Amino acid sequence: MVRLALIVPTVLILVTVVFFFMRVIGDPITASQGGRLSAAQLAERRAAAGFDRPILTQYGEYLAGLLRGDFGTALTDHRAISEVLVTNGAATLELSVWALLVAFLVGVPLGRLAARYRDRLPDVSIRMFAVLVYAAPVFFVGLLLKLLFSATLGWLPASGRASAGVEVALTNVQPKTNIMVVDAILYGDTGYVLDVLRHAILPALALGLLTAGVFIRLIRINLIETMRTDYVTAARARGVPERLVVRKHAFRNALVPVVTVMGMQIAMLLGGAILTETTFEWQGLGYVLSRYLLARDFVAVQGLVTAIAVVVALASFLIDVINALVDPRVRY
Amino acid sequence: MSAIVTIETEGLAGPPPRRGFPGVALLRSTHGLQRGMLLGGIAVITLFVAAAVLAPLLAPYGFNADRAGGVIFGTQQPPSAAHLFGTTVGGQDVLSRVLFGARTALTVIVLAVAISLLVGVPLGLVSGYFGGVLDRILVLITDALYAFPSLLLAIIVSIMISGGRSTPFGGILAAAISITVVYVPQYFRVVRNLTVSVKNEPFVESARITGARPGRIMFRHVLPNVSQTLPVLATLNASEAILTLAGLGFLGFGIEPSAAAEWGYDLNKALADATNGIWWTGVYPGLAIVLVVAGVTLVGESLNDVLNPMLRTRGGGTSTADEDEIALPGDLGPAAGALGSGSDPAPTTEDDR
Repeated sequence: MVRLALIVPTVLILVTVVFFFMRVIGDPITASQGGRLSAAQLAERRAAAGFDRPILTQYGEYLAGLLRGDFGTALTDHRAISEVLVTNGAATLELSVWALLVAFLVGVPLGRLAARYRDRLPDVSIRMFAVLVYAAPVFFVGLLLKLLFSATLGWLPASGRASAGVEVALTNVQPKTNIMVVDAILYGDTGYVLDVLRHAILPALALGLLTAGVFIRLIRINLIETMRTDYVTAARARGVPERLVVRKHAFRNALVPVVTVMGMQIAMLLGGAILTETTFEWQGLGYVLSRYLLARDFVAVQGLVTAIAVVVALASFLIDVINALVDPRVRY
Repeated sequence: MSAIVTIETEGLAGPPPRRGFPGVALLRSTHGLQRGMLLGGIAVITLFVAAAVLAPLLAPYGFNADRAGGVIFGTQQPPSAAHLFGTTVGGQDVLSRVLFGARTALTVIVLAVAISLLVGVPLGLVSGYFGGVLDRILVLITDALYAFPSLLLAIIVSIMISGGRSTPFGGILAAAISITVVYVPQYFRVVRNLTVSVKNEPFVESARITGARPGRIMFRHVLPNVSQTLPVLATLNASEAILTLAGLGFLGFGIEPSAAAEWGYDLNKALADATNGIWWTGVYPGLAIVLVVAGVTLVGESLNDVLNPMLRTRGGGTSTADEDEIALPGDLGPAAGALGSGSDPAPTTEDDR
């Protein structure tokens, strides 16, 4: 419960840090409109947006707004940040789910193989693969994937979440979830579903391979470790076939930390989404965030970053809870 | 990062005896695959440093030159005798940009690691030694920063420092500081937690009884006992610094393109080329990043093995860092750097409260 009590100050610190960081640069209106308006116009705009008041007043109002779920409104395109969070957040969520799927499909079997053939050729090559995946920036992997599967082979689309026509059609779906696959299924056209899935393959691979590297290391190490435990030895002594020992006894226990890591990936995926989404022009949170950053729209940036901070803090708390539930030795 | 949790949980394992030339002793304590990894990593780093230092001699052209002797290179030229790696969409020589990019990366790494050490270590020592309210506040703040997606933090700081404009060196310094902000919490945590566990040891007590001042105790008695883990942390951070720098450059928040060649920026420019099947503008800077990060990572992992004798296996195992990886369910290291984000496990705040 100490953990729960700590969330509030953690989030408050992040919110405060972000707020004052953003004010150090100058007020948002001057930052985004600086060269374009006269001094008088600037002053007028600033007054209208309330940026001429004392900073502590602004801070207080900002906090009050947050409590009501109001993250502010973007200066550049006048979208409410809470709405951006829902629509673009759905895209990021979708990408994260695909990436985790790839990470599991690639990471778990390879980690098992590496543990089984420890220090032999499969293990060494799998571990080299993990180091390479570690070392390659997601945007470079993305670029290579685009070169190979899109430009050279022409199998998959290079960017976006769906083909133009499909995207237009899907904007009319009711109810609209903003999760493209679900929307396509709701629309009821198999061709559309396939189109959306084809667009998701490359971004999911780029982001998923990265996570797979983490999974390989974790599974390998944990499996090796659990294979040494007494209950595995006991199972062997009872004459349980080796294959079953690995599958039923060791593997399940080795998965526990992976589940924990999966939760932590949320923070990572949110941050990493910026790079992946920019590479593939995937209209998620990271993509809009970098757009707002480049436009110097600091009201929008502040709102989005705050929201991300809250999600990350909540996620890390949830992981602790799940961890305690899964592993009785952990107590908070 | 793999170092951190180990250090926190494992207490103190003495460094290998320092006799003779430290590097030799280090190498001698490695075996088989592990030695191969260490040597391979060192070779890559040597190559990288050489490229960075000798860039003006090795590179056929300037990093920003789009013509030589009045002759324009032409944009997106495929690799040829005149341009071994081809030319970019801006008409610059890719080979020259890759070589000068090594220079930028090295400068930023050195600056970032140095600043992180200079800020994080004293802060951790003071916080751990004196404890109290200051300690509580610092731990809370660094924990909050630690949990935050690191690339995002670096972007915000970079904008804050440069305000959008930058001078050549100012840009590099701004990039270094943005990266530093991400890593100070790591050094802080490690040093602080070790300090807390060391400060009640008998030798610190006796120093106190003989009347040594806190400053002397911290830097003469405590620091040497908490510092053996710093090389590992520094190497691991160096590899992530490259990835963070590249991420910043890729998103357009790094160093001014006219000020220095930067691999991440080049990859951003190469993105559109990739869609058109032009491979040479992106593949070479990308490979440079992968190679350097892999090299530094290999050295970091081997150092971790060697400097933490508890992790060593008998008989010259090829087993590297097994145990430290177990201790590390949150080692998102790989992903982190490349994703440039929350590379760090959720802070385990319980251990010190």
